[in-house]
Amino acid sequence: MASTTTSSSAAPTVPDAVIKQRVRQSVTTEDWLIRGLIVLAGLWLLVIIFLPLYSIIYRSLTDKAGNLIWFANYATYFQNPALYGSLYNSIFIATVSTIISVLIGFLFSYAVTRTAMVGKPIFRRIVMLPLYMPSLIHAIALIYLFGNQGFVTKGFFGYFRENWGFDPSFDIGLYGPIGIIIGEVLFCFPQAIIILIVALSLTDARLYEASTALRASRIRTFFTVTVPSIKYGLISAAFVCFTLAFTDFGIPKVVGGDFNVLATDIYKQVIGQQNFQMGATVSILLLVPTVIAFAVDRIVQRRQMSLVNARAVPLHPQPNPLLDGVMLLFCMIITLIVLAMLGTAIFASLVNVWPYDFTLTLKHYDFGRVGGGGFNAYWNSVRMSAYTAVFGTVILFFSAYLIEKGKQLQWTRSIIYFISILPVALPGMVIGLAYIFFFNQPSWDMAGLTIPNPFNVLYGTMTILVIANIVHYYTVPFLTATTALKQMDPEFESVSASMSVPFYKTFWRVTLPVCLPAVLEIAMYYFVSAMVTVSAVIFLYAPSLKLASVAVVNMDDAGDTAAAAAMSVFIIVTSIGVRVLYELVTWGITRQTQAWKKR
Amino acid sequence: MSASQQTPDNVYLQVRNVTKTFGHFVALADISLDMYRGEFICFLGPSGCGKTTLLRIIAGLEEQNTGQIIQNGVDISRFPPARRDFGIVFQSYALFPNLTAAKNIAYGLEQSKLSRQDIQERVQQLLNLVGLPDSGHKYPAQLSGGQQQRIALARALALSPGLLLLDEPLSALDAKVRASLRTEMTSLHQRLGITSIMVTHDQAEALTMADRVVVMDHGRIVQVGTSQEIYHHPATPFVANFVGVMNFMQATVTDQAGTVYWGSLPLALNHHVAQWPAGSSLTLAIRPEDVRVADAAAGAPSVALAHIEQTEFLGPTYRLHLRIPANGNGHHDVSLLADIPAQQAHHAALQAARMVPIQLPSEAIRVFAPEA
Repeated sequence: MASTTTSSSAAPTVPDAVIKQRVRQSVTTEDWLIRGLIVLAGLWLLVIIFLPLYSIIYRSLTDKAGNLIWFANYATYFQNPALYGSLYNSIFIATVSTIISVLIGFLFSYAVTRTAMVGKPIFRRIVMLPLYMPSLIHAIALIYLFGNQGFVTKGFFGYFRENWGFDPSFDIGLYGPIGIIIGEVLFCFPQAIIILIVALSLTDARLYEASTALRASRIRTFFTVTVPSIKYGLISAAFVCFTLAFTDFGIPKVVGGDFNVLATDIYKQVIGQQNFQMGATVSILLLVPTVIAFAVDRIVQRRQMSLVNARAVPLHPQPNPLLDGVMLLFCMIITLIVLAMLGTAIFASLVNVWPYDFTLTLKHYDFGRVGGGGFNAYWNSVRMSAYTAVFGTVILFFSAYLIEKGKQLQWTRSIIYFISILPVALPGMVIGLAYIFFFNQPSWDMAGLTIPNPFNVLYGTMTILVIANIVHYYTVPFLTATTALKQMDPEFESVSASMSVPFYKTFWRVTLPVCLPAVLEIAMYYFVSAMVTVSAVIFLYAPSLKLASVAVVNMDDAGDTAAAAAMSVFIIVTSIGVRVLYELVTWGITRQTQAWKKR
Repeated sequence: MSASQQTPDNVYLQVRNVTKTFGHFVALADISLDMYRGEFICFLGPSGCGKTTLLRIIAGLEEQNTGQIIQNGVDISRFPPARRDFGIVFQSYALFPNLTAAKNIAYGLEQSKLSRQDIQERVQQLLNLVGLPDSGHKYPAQLSGGQQQRIALARALALSPGLLLLDEPLSALDAKVRASLRTEMTSLHQRLGITSIMVTHDQAEALTMADRVVVMDHGRIVQVGTSQEIYHHPATPFVANFVGVMNFMQATVTDQAGTVYWGSLPLALNHHVAQWPAGSSLTLAIRPEDVRVADAAAGAPSVALAHIEQTEFLGPTYRLHLRIPANGNGHHDVSLLADIPAQQAHHAALQAARMVPIQLPSEAIRVFAPEA
């Protein structure tokens, strides 16, 4: 037999001095250009994220006159039960909502990925509808169903009593924790589904075949193969839902009654009492748990190892009549609830006087009769969303490109990467308030010097609204862009360099066209998010620059719930319309520029 | 194979004392190498031996810790890739998926000052060169693996570089296509005469294509030589084992006369072994195809009666798994492989469980000095 003499010698070693040495290539104009752009990207993030955050933290440590009083505001907060009760309330609401949302999300995702039930594509589409709705619309629909004059509360207005002889009227006690939790669950579970469908789709059928071949039961396979493979997805989904429910403003505002949470407290402190210091203090309390959740999630995700490689075999679920039937029923109930919410809001916006006169009318769409800004506000929102989509996408994709493909300034790029994924942990209210503090400051006094704030001119403009939206929704599209760029062959840049083609030409001719689907996806995400957002912009809009989503809050506040529902319907129709437009455009573009995908 | 003149004034590319580390991992340890104008060189070695790193340093895609790269008399060590004169083909081909084959080839040409028409002519000329005259309008996804590889090659040659770098260009292809592309690339190299470096872990590829093979292991060059030199005169047991199949024999020098025993079998060697004292242990090696079925009877030096444990049919030959039983005296059985032409194997009815006399010709046995 041939012996196994293989290696000629052990691995070589070199002196430490050599390890530190490097034959540096001369720096070209192109290198300087890339470095300059990276620094620019860093400065941009510094101004739009770091400095405003510093401002709000600093403000929470000062008194009304601006003197540094360290943690006195926090001491005041925790000595006042009326204030710290909200912290407890928020944690309670977020925890319960997270558990229910992840549970529903998991069952639904499992049903549409791992069972052989019918109608999976339809269910997937319907359950994503809430992403195009302002979170408020759930609250408004809940009021029409379960509120004091609600369908259910009033026993379907006597219909059953008159025709069937019994009264099913039932008051769930909507205003307070129950209403908020139902609303938050409706708002959060589609987000959990997005994450969990991805986690459940990334699997290898061979693992299941192996498990079956080893005669493991279905239950055992579920706990030894399925659960470990989606563990990280479940953790991520839980953190996303917790952050959303913990920081949401719209739902508690509308159905919270006198049940206070942190987000509504900030609003009351700032708008009601003009107590900016306490607003900043509560904001930090809102920020701390989300940042902790973010940090834990990052640490946990880092331990994740991919179970799926290029040779993975896709899983084709086998029919199982009992499981398929139960899951079908479950999915039908969930999608019916989603549709009922949307349907109720649309119906309510179309009837004369709920609940007394159900004749159909379009009068609630005549926003001139009510406050809130009407069609102007709507068009402002459309403009703001369009700007956010255009500028957000351009800035974000280019900076993701620099971080992913630029070979210069490695440390700076790592820091920029971290700052770019941080905004997911920043609640919209915190961003809004931080922006007030930072951009409204006319000048800074530093060591006796007065430095004028060059960004002060942005205060109260459309620009600041657009920037706030870009920051608020930075993380998800940033990760989309990074993923798309990572899928590009890393040797594209090497090949271009070998032909002396500058990087910007390759970016323009290859990187951008190949990533176009991701770019359009990002633009669409930005548009829809900016249309429905309330929290980031409620502190920032100027009286002359009202917004549709804020108008919904204000109309509801003023008792014009039907008009608020009508405005919500407008927002939803616009968002879904843009989605349809996006599908058409990508379909057209795919046919033209992505012709290479076809064989 | 084009034999380029190996004279000092014909050196085209020099690698001088190049060391490269990734953290504390030493990828290349003080590598020096001269390559001559028009040569086809293969860097051959197992994964992690540093061959790709060396190629990337020559291209400027990695920065070395120390050492110089001199191309055509110019020290290019500090040149960024864009200033160096090379074309490159990657294992993944890295063809731009959204551009047609013709646009891919024209990509670098569009930088130059050529007119649109000149570019078109040059692209067509390159398409003809790689044997795909009619595929210019196709996108990479519409081409087979072998066709993509040719387009990548045409793109690398478009700017008429002085040096062609090939990073495992054939390893993503299936065996048949690989074999035919091997021949094509060799003849293309002969026609163009461009100095070329190919990285590969496939020894058959290196032996068939290269003018000279550079065998690497653990960040060092183990041997440089023609295919024949590498195959027939491997410098170390590593090279012997990595290139082709080799039987290794742990033998012992038994007396001052230089008789060497492998197990209980005395071996005649061409090599002068008297320099090693009795009792030293030598590593001997013989290729399976050099083992012969003997005419002489057992008992003569280098002739033994072997037990056929298993036979493998390889097409033109049979591979015999042989065991030579020890004749007592505390020796162990020894075993080796022998490749026998199929006809001879049939003729002599060589089957498992039979005994067969074999001979290890002295001229075919390589001797590796005992390790210090």
